[in-house]
Amino acid sequence: MTPIHKPSVAVYKFSSCDGCQLSILNLEDELLELTDMIEIAFFLEARRRVLPGPYDIGLVEGSVSTEEEIHKIKEVRQDCQLLIALGTCATAGGVQALRNFADLESFTQKVYPHPEYIHALPTSAPLSDHVQVDIELWGCPVNKYQVVELITAVLHKRRPNLPLSSVCLECKRRGNICTMVANGTACLGPITRAGCGAICPSMNRGCYGCFGPLPNAEIEAFIPHLKASERYPGEGTNLLRTISGNAPDFKEAAELLMRAEDS
Amino acid sequence: MVKTIEVPALARVEGEGGLYISYEDGKPNEIKVNIYEPPRFFEAFLEGRYLQEVPDITARICGICPVAYQMSAVRAFEKALDIEMTAQTRLLRNLLYCGEWIESHVLHIYMLQAPDLTGHESAISLAEVAPERVTTALRMKKIGNQILKAIGGRSVHPVNACVGGWYRWPEVKELHALVPEIEWGLEQAIETVHWAVTLPYPELEVDYEYVALHHPAEYAVLEGDILSSHTGMITEEDFETHYLEKHMEHSNALHSYTNENQPYFVGPLARYNLNFEQLGALAKRIAAEVGVEPPLHNPYKGLIARAIETIESFDRAIRLIEDYNPAEPNTQPIKMRAGEGAAATEAPRGLLYHRYRINESGFVENARIVPPTAQNLARMEADLWQLAPIVYELPHEEATLTCEHLLRAYDPCISCATHFLTLTIEDK
Repeated sequence: MTPIHKPSVAVYKFSSCDGCQLSILNLEDELLELTDMIEIAFFLEARRRVLPGPYDIGLVEGSVSTEEEIHKIKEVRQDCQLLIALGTCATAGGVQALRNFADLESFTQKVYPHPEYIHALPTSAPLSDHVQVDIELWGCPVNKYQVVELITAVLHKRRPNLPLSSVCLECKRRGNICTMVANGTACLGPITRAGCGAICPSMNRGCYGCFGPLPNAEIEAFIPHLKASERYPGEGTNLLRTISGNAPDFKEAAELLMRAEDS
Repeated sequence: MVKTIEVPALARVEGEGGLYISYEDGKPNEIKVNIYEPPRFFEAFLEGRYLQEVPDITARICGICPVAYQMSAVRAFEKALDIEMTAQTRLLRNLLYCGEWIESHVLHIYMLQAPDLTGHESAISLAEVAPERVTTALRMKKIGNQILKAIGGRSVHPVNACVGGWYRWPEVKELHALVPEIEWGLEQAIETVHWAVTLPYPELEVDYEYVALHHPAEYAVLEGDILSSHTGMITEEDFETHYLEKHMEHSNALHSYTNENQPYFVGPLARYNLNFEQLGALAKRIAAEVGVEPPLHNPYKGLIARAIETIESFDRAIRLIEDYNPAEPNTQPIKMRAGEGAAATEAPRGLLYHRYRINESGFVENARIVPPTAQNLARMEADLWQLAPIVYELPHEEATLTCEHLLRAYDPCISCATHFLTLTIEDK
C-alpha cells in the first residue's frame, strides 16, 4: 500500500492576541478529525514537537510590527507553499494598527517608562505589505468554520466557499430589524464583509467592522448615513478605526467622514 | 567551561518569550525571562476613545481571556460614574466569567500543562494513546465556549458587555438549554480533580506572597478587595501604591513588585490559598476528599487549584442560570461626568487591574492596565533562581523541560507571538 501523504500545516503567530489560533483550538468537534487529515507540523501554541519545513500550508496570525517580524515573514513565505493570512491583524494590521494614525514616540512613552528599550516599527502592517499572500481570511477573530472550509477546500483543490456579501445579508437572514434604520444606531454592517453572523446587530448594537471592508462597498454613498447616526462626536470615525481601521477602504472612509465633519 | 543548551521553543503558552540562565562555577549568576512579544500600545491608543468603545478594544489584548479585559474595563468606568451593578447584571457577568474560566482552565489543564506531566509533547499526541481523555476535555472546553457564545454572541471577543450592563439580555431558555451539558461538565470536572492528584508533579516548594481579589461572601472573580498573604487587604483604589511596575531592558512587558520590592504570585494558586473558605460546598468537599486543601505551595500544582476552580465554575454556572430572570432594563442610564475609576477582576490566570480617567463627555484621558502575567514575571524569575541549581545537575532535555514546565505552569498569557524560547545555560 502506498502511504497517504498528509499535507503539512504550520501555524505562526505575529503581533496579535492569540485569538485566531485559539479559534483553531476551539474546533472542539472537528480538531481530532482535522489532525487525521493534515499533519500539524508547526503550531507552538498547541504542540512542542516541531517538524522541519517546507510546509504545504502556512496559516499566519498577526500583523507585522517589528523589524524582526519583517525578516520572519519572509522566511515563512519561503517555507510555505501556500500562505494564508489568518484574521484581521494579518489581513489589515489589526487593532494595533491604530498606532498608524498617531505618533509612535509619544505612544511608547505613554506605556513604557524606558522607551529606549522598545523596538517597534511606527506602523503595524498586513502581511501583504511584505510578502505575497495567497489567501486572506478576515475576522477578529476568524470564524472557525471558515478555517475548516478553507482547509477542506485547499485539500480538495477547490475554491473555498466564503461569503462575498455584507453583514446586512446575514442580519436579514437572522430576521433582525435594521438597527440603523429603526433605531438610528451607527452600524458598519452595510460596508463590512459577512462572516460573523451579524452578532452585533443581533445584540441591538452597531457593527464595528471586525471582518473588514466588503470588497467594492459603496463607501461614498454610505458616509452621509453614518454621519447622520452619530450619537457623539467622532463616533463614525472611531467605529471605522476600531479593528480594521488600517484596511484601505475603511481608511478612506474615515478620511471622507472627517472631511465631511470639517465642512 | 561554557555549557550551552538551546531549545527551539517554549511551546503551549500564549505568547512569545525566552529564558536565559547562566552559571559561574556551576552556580547560577544570571536568570532572565525575556518577553519578545511586540508591544501593542493599548493604553496609548485608548486615549481619546469614547468609554463604550473601550471594552471592544481591550478584549483584543487577549484572545484567551477577552472577558476579563471587558469586565475590568466596564467595572472601572462604572466606578468612575458611580453606577452600581444591578443584581441581574452582576449575575450574568459572573456567568460570562464562568464560561471564560472553564474554557481557559480546561485548555490549560489538558492541552498546555498535562502533556508535561504525562510525557507527551501535546494533547494531539496524548489523544493517540488516550483519546477518551482528550475528547472529554474538548467537550468540557466547548461548554465554556457555549456559555460565552450564548451570552456574548461568540466565544472569542464576545460583543454583548457594555458600561452599564448589556446591549441585550440573552434569552432565559437559551441559557437553560445549556444546563444538562453543564451538569455533565461538572461530573467531568470532579473526575479531572481525581485524575490531577495522581500526576507526578516535580518537587518545588516556594514561600510565595499570594495576591488575589477577595470577597467575604463568594470566591472572588468580579469584585472585591485585594488581599495579600503577607500584607493584608487593600481596596482596588490603592492597588497602584502597593504594587509597582518596573521596566526591564530584556522585556517588552513590565515586571511587577510589591512596594517592599518583593515579587508576588497571582493566579489560581494564589486564589486557592487565599480564598478557599469562599469556595462552594462541592468544590471544598472534593478538595477534602482528595486531600489537597490549602496550603499548596508547589507552582506545578497550580493545575490542581485550576481543576478545583473548574468544579467551582461549572457548579456556579448551574446556580447562576437557575437564578437568571432579567426583569430589569438591560442597561442603566449613564449620567456622564468627568472622573476616574479603578477596578480589578480575576482573569483565569490572575488579577487584572484597569484604571481610567474620563472627561465630562465620556472620552478617555488616561488608561492604565496591569495584566496578570506581567505581575507574575518577577515571580517566575525568582522561581527559576530556586530551580536553576537543580536544572544544572539534570540531563539537557530534562533540564529544559523542567524550566519550560515551570513557566507553563503559570499559564502565562504573553498574549502575542509564541516564537522561540532559547534556554541558554552558560558556565563561565
